[in-house]
Amino acid sequence: MKTNELTLKKSIELLDKKEISIEDIYKDTWQVYEEKNKELNIFLTKDKDALIKAKNQSDKPLKGLPIAVKDNFLTVGLPTTASSKVLDGFMPPYESTVTKRVKEAGGVAIGKTNMDAWAHGSSTETSDYGPTKNPRNPKFLPGGSSGGSAAAVAADMCIAALGSETAGSIRQPAAWCGTVGLKPTYGRTSRYGVVAMGSSLDSPGPLTKTVEDSAMLLNIIAGHDDNDGTTSQIETIDYEKNLKNGVKGMKIGICYVDHPNIKGTVTEKSVIDAGHIFEKLGAQVDQIKISEELEKGKILTHEHAIGVYTVVQRGEVSSNLSRYDGIRYGHDRSHFGHEAKNRIMLGTFTLSKGYADKYYNLAQKIRGLYIENFKELFSKYDLLISSPSPTMALPLGSLGNDPMFGELQDMLVEPSSLVGICGISVPSYHDGKTNLYLGLNIMGDYFQEEKILKAAWAYEQATSFNPWIKK
Amino acid sequence: MTKITSDTVKHMATLAKIPVTKDEEESLAKGFTETLEVVDKLFKIDVKGVKPTHQVTGLENILREDKINEKKTLSQDEALSNTKNKHNGYFVVDQILAED
Amino acid sequence: MNKYKVIVGMEVHVELKTLSKMFCGCRNDPFHAEKPNIHTCPVCLGLPGALPVANKSAIEWTIKLGLALGCKINRLSKFDRKHYFYPDLPKGYQISQYDLPFCYEGKVETTAGPVGITRVHLEEDTGKLIHSTVNGKNISMIDFNRSSVPLVEIVTEPEIFSSAQAKEYAKKLRQIVRYLDISDCDMEKGGMRLEANISLQKEGDTTLPNYKVELKNINSFRFLEKGIEYEIVRQKEILEKGKTPIQETRGYNAEKNITYSQRTKEDAADYRYFPDPDLPPINISDAWFSEIKKSNPESLDDLFLTWQKKYKVSRNLTELLFETSQEGQWLDNLFEKTEAQKLLVDKLVNQLVNKKLKVNLFNDEADKVVAEYKKTTTVDEVSDEELIPYIEKVLKSNNNAVSDYQAGKTQVMNFLVGMVMREVKKKIEFARLQALITKKISTK
Repeated sequence: MKTNELTLKKSIELLDKKEISIEDIYKDTWQVYEEKNKELNIFLTKDKDALIKAKNQSDKPLKGLPIAVKDNFLTVGLPTTASSKVLDGFMPPYESTVTKRVKEAGGVAIGKTNMDAWAHGSSTETSDYGPTKNPRNPKFLPGGSSGGSAAAVAADMCIAALGSETAGSIRQPAAWCGTVGLKPTYGRTSRYGVVAMGSSLDSPGPLTKTVEDSAMLLNIIAGHDDNDGTTSQIETIDYEKNLKNGVKGMKIGICYVDHPNIKGTVTEKSVIDAGHIFEKLGAQVDQIKISEELEKGKILTHEHAIGVYTVVQRGEVSSNLSRYDGIRYGHDRSHFGHEAKNRIMLGTFTLSKGYADKYYNLAQKIRGLYIENFKELFSKYDLLISSPSPTMALPLGSLGNDPMFGELQDMLVEPSSLVGICGISVPSYHDGKTNLYLGLNIMGDYFQEEKILKAAWAYEQATSFNPWIKK
Repeated sequence: MTKITSDTVKHMATLAKIPVTKDEEESLAKGFTETLEVVDKLFKIDVKGVKPTHQVTGLENILREDKINEKKTLSQDEALSNTKNKHNGYFVVDQILAED
Repeated sequence: MNKYKVIVGMEVHVELKTLSKMFCGCRNDPFHAEKPNIHTCPVCLGLPGALPVANKSAIEWTIKLGLALGCKINRLSKFDRKHYFYPDLPKGYQISQYDLPFCYEGKVETTAGPVGITRVHLEEDTGKLIHSTVNGKNISMIDFNRSSVPLVEIVTEPEIFSSAQAKEYAKKLRQIVRYLDISDCDMEKGGMRLEANISLQKEGDTTLPNYKVELKNINSFRFLEKGIEYEIVRQKEILEKGKTPIQETRGYNAEKNITYSQRTKEDAADYRYFPDPDLPPINISDAWFSEIKKSNPESLDDLFLTWQKKYKVSRNLTELLFETSQEGQWLDNLFEKTEAQKLLVDKLVNQLVNKKLKVNLFNDEADKVVAEYKKTTTVDEVSDEELIPYIEKVLKSNNNAVSDYQAGKTQVMNFLVGMVMREVKKKIEFARLQALITKKISTK
């Protein structure tokens, strides 16, 4: 096995035992980079001095291991573009908190990965630097907006990666690329130094090969930050400590499988099967029927969530992108791509005089109803499971002219994202013909990352969908 | 159903300072309309007495003590490092006429 | 010719003198920075990914000002984003307050009546633009040292009805802000900026005029007064022609003493306000509110009233002596000590205003000041008999004055008393000399 194909945990173990060296890992990693990056377009920039930086990190938890970083994290010394021409050449004078914590723990950012420009999308096709291709099958998309980071993990072009999620941007590409992707609770990880998209939604998080790796990386990046007033004051815990304790006694609810787009598909089957597996592992599993919920007057549907999410997110987007005027940095506003223009203008509209009450304020009220909805669900269930995406990876070119492609793809995660709870996607199905994957989205209440990691680990161990865990 | 025309798009483009061509105006208007069709489903929901949720965290009073943080301050060079349009330590733009 | 009443509403911006900026820990010192763009950071420069965190003192000081202006306080408050594009506004939006300002519904008393305070809210300042020509090209240069400095905005109801009242209001507001010592109010540097919305109402009309002209960037009380006066004349002319003055923003040109058009004010720009998601709301608890109230000094008006009652000192004079509440406390202590020594406080105030005492107000010990004052009031010990020869000498050499006095010009007495004092070279009580001289001249 090439050393770049090791998991985070395993590479640390072997480095400790001195069975491999950090040089080995970088050699193998750069090799696959040379072989595949041009075709797959995963990394926009690389740090040629990464190994030099890695060499004196052996006493730190991450031992100098190569970490891929989504290009919306500000990294000193490496350009940060958010995959937009507006920020072409931008060299940040300060570091994001999350990458700072990774560096302090001994991780090395080997490069910045491609993404949907400004994180606007679910396919990485809106990148101003060309789409990324899915390493599992280059005719297909990797998902987005953290498509480059998910692909970097899938291609073993790094040991682990950082991404961010506003609604689906970690979990969906993780599912499409057959990796693990964790969206922490909003406020669990710091947004300071991450190019803002939806300020009340953005959650930086890890994309990794295994659940164990995810827990380790979460331990490093999670926690309050004085620089970010929306980070939680709730203490973080050791997310690895009880990882292997299992799901016995947990109450799990299956949701969204009776959605018309999902019913009768392999996606539905993967979630139902997951339910059976959890039952075997000692959990109590129910199916929450959307139609029943609707009857009770509860809004669990995604038709509404798409509307709410689109309005809130695009409103915040239009505001957050106001600072890009080309005066202090970057290029002028004519450099925005089509998708960005689309979102900025719709967001401007829903905030504008005469429409703000009709759209923006209404959306924020309904958001409150979703919060009540989930509060009730979590009073009955420990966890909720569904799929992060209606389908497996779509072919290149799927974006087309659909003005709502991103939001439609993410409809299954939008309710939970609006509310800000945590979720993790783990591989839940593999298609031998296409080599494509499905993911299982395990969601927990606010700050219940430990619980979702526990369930994810148990599921991972009880199944054989994870390509890095050989049985 | 809110009617979105090229004029709406033009007005939004001005507000948002996004240059758009005539062709773009039309395609954007179409996209707007399609998007708003999805959004319009929201009007059927009863939100009587519900307050908007702007913060999901439930946090309040996250404030700073009035202290100077030298560590975060950028040097003049750092502040100006990402633009070519500078002069004597200032950022430079074409002259703005007679404003405040 | 119709008669018109001028209706003015004022908006005043005051820069708070906190140590650090409103939403970041940069040094709040735009006026004394030796170079541009040296007090900036990712937050106040509007870099990608930067996030604001609010300055607690700035909030407390805003509430203190609101309380001093008699305002109600919104215990639940928040910050909102106000969107517009301008090179000195790095984020493309200003963090301000929209519908839940910290303070509202207060009032300031003026001699012409009370002026209602609609609201007092907190926001961040912008950078500063300097126009210049470099290599033949007209450019504007931007300095962000001032970006995100805390700015308090005080808005009045349209309840100011003369240029004089506007000036009085502005002066009084400044006095209150200085009393709380939350700002240096340096008007020349822009630490306090005045804006007036001016319109004319035809006599007999009960509704507010359907237009208003905004006079902006006035940096002196005199210019405020003159600008309003100019506007009254200008607007009257237009109205008399049956037209309505254009709703616009105008500046004041001090050299020519005119106002000039700067830009047409649309009915209201579309700022697309929404609550800033990066800043959790503010909830002023009872405990916190008590703390803030307690830290506020006694009201300035009350202080002057107390002094008037106790020491018969006029506000007009005493207010010339101090600005901040600390200084006010110091004076209060001084006045107490003065009275304790059975000396007249109002005369002391006179002496201080006219700088007759060799003292360093607020820095010297109060006792020292009292001692200095005592010296001037101390009357030298001279007997009446000793005085007579001096009096006689003066009267002999000032026959005209004496005749004048006897003819009824009694004010000549001042002159005569003064002359005697000069001869004697000692301080003698005026009343005493007056009596002695009168006795002499009246018998003649």
